[in-house]
Amino acid sequence: MDDFILRAMLAGIGLALVSGPLGCFVVWRRMAYFGDTMSHSALLGVALAFLLNINLMVGVLGVTVTVSLCLLILQKRGSLSTDALLGLLSHSALALGMVLIAFMSSVRFDLLSLLFGDILAVGNEDVIAIYVCAAVILGLMYFLWRPLLASTVNRELAEAEGFNPDLTQLVFMVMMAAIIAIAMKIVGVLLITALLIIPAATARWFARTPEQMAIASSIIGVASVILGLEGSLQFDSASGPSIVVASLCLFLLSLFASRLINGVLGKERGQ
Amino acid sequence: MQLIEMDGVGIKRQGRWLIQNVTLSVKAGEIVTLIGPNGAGKSTTAKTALGVLKADAGKIKRKPNLKVGYVPQKLAVDWTMPLTVRRLMSLTAKPSKIEIDRVLEKTGISHLIDSNVQQLSGGEYQRALLARAILRSPDLLVLDEPVQGVDYSGEIALYNLILKIREELNCGILLISHDLHVVMAQTDTVVCLNGHVCCSGAPEHVAASDAYKQLFGDAASQSLAIYHHHHDHSHKADGTIVPSKGDSGDCCNHG
Repeated sequence: MDDFILRAMLAGIGLALVSGPLGCFVVWRRMAYFGDTMSHSALLGVALAFLLNINLMVGVLGVTVTVSLCLLILQKRGSLSTDALLGLLSHSALALGMVLIAFMSSVRFDLLSLLFGDILAVGNEDVIAIYVCAAVILGLMYFLWRPLLASTVNRELAEAEGFNPDLTQLVFMVMMAAIIAIAMKIVGVLLITALLIIPAATARWFARTPEQMAIASSIIGVASVILGLEGSLQFDSASGPSIVVASLCLFLLSLFASRLINGVLGKERGQ
Repeated sequence: MQLIEMDGVGIKRQGRWLIQNVTLSVKAGEIVTLIGPNGAGKSTTAKTALGVLKADAGKIKRKPNLKVGYVPQKLAVDWTMPLTVRRLMSLTAKPSKIEIDRVLEKTGISHLIDSNVQQLSGGEYQRALLARAILRSPDLLVLDEPVQGVDYSGEIALYNLILKIREELNCGILLISHDLHVVMAQTDTVVCLNGHVCCSGAPEHVAASDAYKQLFGDAASQSLAIYHHHHDHSHKADGTIVPSKGDSGDCCNHG
């Protein structure tokens, strides 16, 4: 296996391990559009990183965290509905990013690879960054699992019974921002949310508890990354869309499988 | 020892008082029932008591390290989350297997331990939520309309279960009923709310009406009582207070 493929595989697998459980929360909390908003604003982060000459991931992390804090503050003021606010933030950040990029004529941008991922761009330091980030996020998830889950089920109940939902939400948002920063090179800005949602949705068919769903979602995510990157090499397609198409195939497959299993079970029960 | 004491508490949102000048307290082993029409601020009062909402006026005293069990009015578990009754029990605490078995037996839903919560009937779900809330052996149990979606006979069974829980745990219970008229006979204190405390006191203070016995039968009136009271004022459609003639003992007087 070539070095760059190995790096991409490693990076992708690390990413999928985290996006599994995090994606479950995105699905449970109905935050798909929120994920989109954060990932679209990543483009502004990239532009700022070039402008200020700082690390790409740091730039993206900074902007996505800022955008999610803006959302929290605007939500508290309660003048606009959440989906309108998300639309406002998402597209403003995307547009600002594009305009900034246009201003910087000295830097050459490969916009397509930013939008849809480019495994050739994954360097050794990226792989390390991904695994460090993944370890931190998974560790946080492990320790915060109960409060995170409780405040997802019912925020007020969690608060009444001694948790701090505001804090857990903040940590959750930072984790989302971090995963967007590390996912950008592999799946691209436009498709990150798909990697969060589709494996989680697939896992839903097989899971009986939230924990099972989170673990299954990780496994399905890893399979999607492996299949997708193989496909990307085979057909010379962009890595992001290939991974998403692979996860979609797994979703459809599981849809049929669960229908079949339920059908068989139903028949057995009938007899 | 008072578990919780609210004194003149008010909550203001967008320039409007949701509740104002609410005074109530719950002791260990006491059942305090909040009644009142829709939008009277019953849930708001409960959430303020729990500390989920911060009071904009008045004082709230809680017993230090007060352990609370809460059954919210709306707890719809999204169907995307796979959640069995067993898993629901350990949502905020870490009970042992034996503790879970015992509490499910107490609430009469042992057979549903591996069912998905989304597939439970209204009564079964309320029992599951109640089981979850008492699993932590709370000092204070806050039940926001615990009989919603339950048919009439189920309602009585649930109320009797709540009484049994009170006896076993000796916890204070803050109970919300949306039904102005149906309140448990064993309720110690009834607080009638309509933005403010209209009236409060022991249910024996107010006579049981014959209309209710006729409506529900004698058996039901053993476990149910009505809270029949005369307001010293009435509310206009916009909530303004209109004083009316006649006065009853422990009702407040609006200047």
